[in-house]
Amino acid sequence: MLLLHGLPAVTAADLGAARMQMALSLGWHIVVACLGVGMPAITLLAEWRGHRTGDVHHRLLARRWGRAMGVLFAVGAVSGTILSFEMGLLWPGLMGVYGQVIGLPFALEGIAFFIEAIFLGVYLYAWDRLSPGKHLLTGIPIVVAGVASAFFVVTANAWMQHPTGFELRDGRVTAVSPWAAMFNPATPPQTVHMILAAFMVAGFGIAGVYAVAMLRGRRDRYHRLGFLIPFTVAAVVTPVQIGVGDWAAHLVAESQPAKLAAMEGVFETARGVPLHLGGVAVDDELRYSLEIPYGLSLLAHWDPDAEITGLNAFPPADRPPVNVVHWAFQIMVGLGFALLLLSAWLALSWWRRRDLPATPWFLRAAALSGVAAVLALEAGWVVTEVGRQPWIVYGIMRTSEAVNPAPGLLWGFVLVTAVYAVLTAATVYVLRRMARDRPVPLAPQERDVAEFKVI
Amino acid sequence: MPLAEILLVVLWVGLTAYVLFGGADFGGGVWDLVAGTAERGRPQRDAIEHSIGPVWETNHVWLIFVIVMAWTGVPPVFAAIASTLYIPLTLAALGIIARGAAFAFRKASTLPWQQRLFGATFAFSSVFTPFFLGTVAGAIASGRVPPGIAAGHLVTSWFNPTSLISGALAVGTAAYLAAVYLTRDAQRDGDEELAELFRRRALLAGAATGLLSAAGLLVLRADAPGLFTELTSGRALPLLILSVAAGVASLPLLWWRAYRAVRVTAALAVTGLLWGWALGQYPRLLPGVTLRDAAATDAVLAAALGSLAVGALLLLPSLWWLYATFQKAPPAPADRGPVGEGP
Repeated sequence: MLLLHGLPAVTAADLGAARMQMALSLGWHIVVACLGVGMPAITLLAEWRGHRTGDVHHRLLARRWGRAMGVLFAVGAVSGTILSFEMGLLWPGLMGVYGQVIGLPFALEGIAFFIEAIFLGVYLYAWDRLSPGKHLLTGIPIVVAGVASAFFVVTANAWMQHPTGFELRDGRVTAVSPWAAMFNPATPPQTVHMILAAFMVAGFGIAGVYAVAMLRGRRDRYHRLGFLIPFTVAAVVTPVQIGVGDWAAHLVAESQPAKLAAMEGVFETARGVPLHLGGVAVDDELRYSLEIPYGLSLLAHWDPDAEITGLNAFPPADRPPVNVVHWAFQIMVGLGFALLLLSAWLALSWWRRRDLPATPWFLRAAALSGVAAVLALEAGWVVTEVGRQPWIVYGIMRTSEAVNPAPGLLWGFVLVTAVYAVLTAATVYVLRRMARDRPVPLAPQERDVAEFKVI
Repeated sequence: MPLAEILLVVLWVGLTAYVLFGGADFGGGVWDLVAGTAERGRPQRDAIEHSIGPVWETNHVWLIFVIVMAWTGVPPVFAAIASTLYIPLTLAALGIIARGAAFAFRKASTLPWQQRLFGATFAFSSVFTPFFLGTVAGAIASGRVPPGIAAGHLVTSWFNPTSLISGALAVGTAAYLAAVYLTRDAQRDGDEELAELFRRRALLAGAATGLLSAAGLLVLRADAPGLFTELTSGRALPLLILSVAAGVASLPLLWWRAYRAVRVTAALAVTGLLWGWALGQYPRLLPGVTLRDAAATDAVLAAALGSLAVGALLLLPSLWWLYATFQKAPPAPADRGPVGEGP
C-alpha cells in the first residue's frame, strides 16, 4: 500500500493493524449508531399514531421496536465507548496534538449522550409508569439528542477532512478557534449526509425485516404497518440524500482533489473529463471502465469543460488507494439509486391503487433494502476515510505519524477482532430471537413483568 | 480559578460520578457472580438487574465524559496515558463491551442456558473491567506514565504493586458501593430478607475494602513515596481523614441498618480517597508535567466549559428525574392497567 512507503516493516504491519482495528470498530459501531439515531423517531411515529387512533397494531409495533432498541442502544453505547478509547490507544499522535481542537464537539456530544441515555432509560423502563402522552414526550429528547450526537461526532470527522480553526508552530498548536474548527466547510454536507444515512439505514433496515415476514405469508395489518411506516420514512429521505450526496461531492472536488480523483479513478489532469463507471486501476491507469463523456466535469463543477486534477498531480506517497475508493464510491452511488427506484416504485403503486405493488418482486427487493442501505453506508464511510489517506488530518498530519508506536498493535487487533466476531454473532442471534418472540411484554424492559399482559 | 484548574475539577467530578454510579453498576455484576446457583441466586440477580437496568447507560456516559475532557483539556497527558497504558486500556475496553452487551442480551433472553451464558459474561467482565481501570489509576498515581507517546514500559507501567492494589481496590470499592445501594433498594421494595443478605455483604466488602485501602497506603509508601507523603502529612491529609472517618462510620451505620445514611458515608469515603489522590498529586499530572504544561489553550477550555455549563442546565434536572423515577417504589402489579392506560 502506498501510504506505508518508507516505514520500517514492523511499523507498517502495526499501522495496518491499527487502521484495520479502527475500521472494524467504527464500521461496526456506525451501523448500530445509525439505528440508534433513526429508530427512536420511527418508533415514536408508530407510538404516536397508536396513541391518536387507538390502533392496537401501532402500539404493539412501538413496543416491539422499543425492546429492540434496548439491545441496540446497549451495544451502541459500549461499541461507541471503545472508539473513544481507541482515539488514544491507536492514534495518540493525533490526540496529543489536536485533541483540543476537536474537543468542543466531543464535549457537546457528551451532553447529548447523557440526554439520550437518561431519556432512553425512562422511555424503556417506565413505559407502564407514565401516562401515554407523557411517555411519548420522553421519546422526543432521545430523537433530538441522537441526531445531535451524530452531528457533533461528524463535525470532528469533517474537521479531519477540512482542518481549520487553529494555528500551528513547531508541531504544537498555539491558538485554537474551537467553533471555527467545529463549523468547518466540510461540516454542513457531511453531517447532513450522515444523519440522513442513519434514517435510511434504520428505515430500510426495519422494513426489510417485515418484508421478509410478508414474503413468508404474514400479510396482516400488523406486518403491513411494520413494513410501511419505516419504509415510508426511508423512502422520503432517499431522494433528499442523493441531492445532499451531490453537495458533499462538490465539496470534495473543491477541497480534497486527490480524494475525488481516487473516487473517479482519474489519473491525468484534464478538461472535459468523462465519468468512469466500473473499471480497475492498474499501473496508474483505469482500465475496462464505461465512460460517460464530460460526465465528471459536469457533475463535479457544473461545467462540461471544467478541469479535474488527476492523481498523477500528487506524489505517490500522497495518494489514497484508488481501487478501494473508486469501487466504494460506485457501490454507494449505485445502491443509493437502486433504493431511490425502489422508493419510487412504492410511491407509484400507492398513488395508483393505495396498495403495495402486487408482484412479490417488490417485497423481495424491499427485503434486501436494509442490507443495501447498510452496504451503502459502509461504502460511503470507506470513501470518506480511505479517500482521506495517507492523511489523518488532511494535508497536515499523516496517519503514520499519528499511530501508537508501541509494539504489538497487531495482537490487539487480533483480540479485538475475536471479541467483535462474538459480539456480532450474539447480537444477531438475540435480535433474531426477539423478532420471533411473542408475546410482547407490557413494559418492554421490565423483567419483573414476567407474567406480562399482552395485547 | 484559572480555566485549566476548573476543567480539571470538572473532569474529576466526572470521574467521581463514574466511580460512585458506574462503579456500583460493576459492583452489581460482582455480586451477580457470587450469587450462587441459578435457583438460589435468582432473587439477588433480579434485584441487581432491576436496579442497574434503567440507569447503567447513563452512569456509563461519565466514563466517556472523563475521556473526552482529558483529551480536550490536557491532550498530551491523554496521549501519553493512552499510548503507554495501551494493554490495560484495551482489556478494560473489551470488558466494557462484554459487560454492557451481555447485560442487555441477558435481559432479552428467555431460555435458561442463554441467561446463564450472558449472565456469566456480564458477571466476569464486571470484575475484569474495574480491575484494569484500577491498574491504570495506579500507573498514573505511581508516576509510571512518562510524558511522550508510548514512552513508558508497556507492562511494568501497569503491572506493579501500586497498580495491582489499585485494581483490587477498584473491584472492592465497586462491590462495596453496590452492596450498600442494593440494601436500600431491597428494603424499599419490601424484601427484608434480601436487604439482610446485601447488608452482610456490604459489611464484608466494607471491611475488606478498608483493609485494602490500608494495604494500599503501605504499598504507596514503598512504591510512590511522594504521593504517600502528601496524603499522610501534606495538604491531602484532611481528605484522607474524611475518607477514613466516613469509611469507619459506615460499618456501624450498616450494623444499625441506617441504609440511607450509609449511602452517604460510603460515597464520602470513596470521594475522599479520589480527591485526596488528586490533591496529593496536583499540579503534577505526569512526571515532569504540570497542569500548566499540558493544558489546552484558553479558547478551547472556555468553549468546552461554557458548553458544559449550558448543558448542565438540561442535564442536572434530567439526571435528577431519572434517579427519582426509579428510586420510587414501582407500582404494584395489580395497578398495572391494560395497555394505553396510565398507572
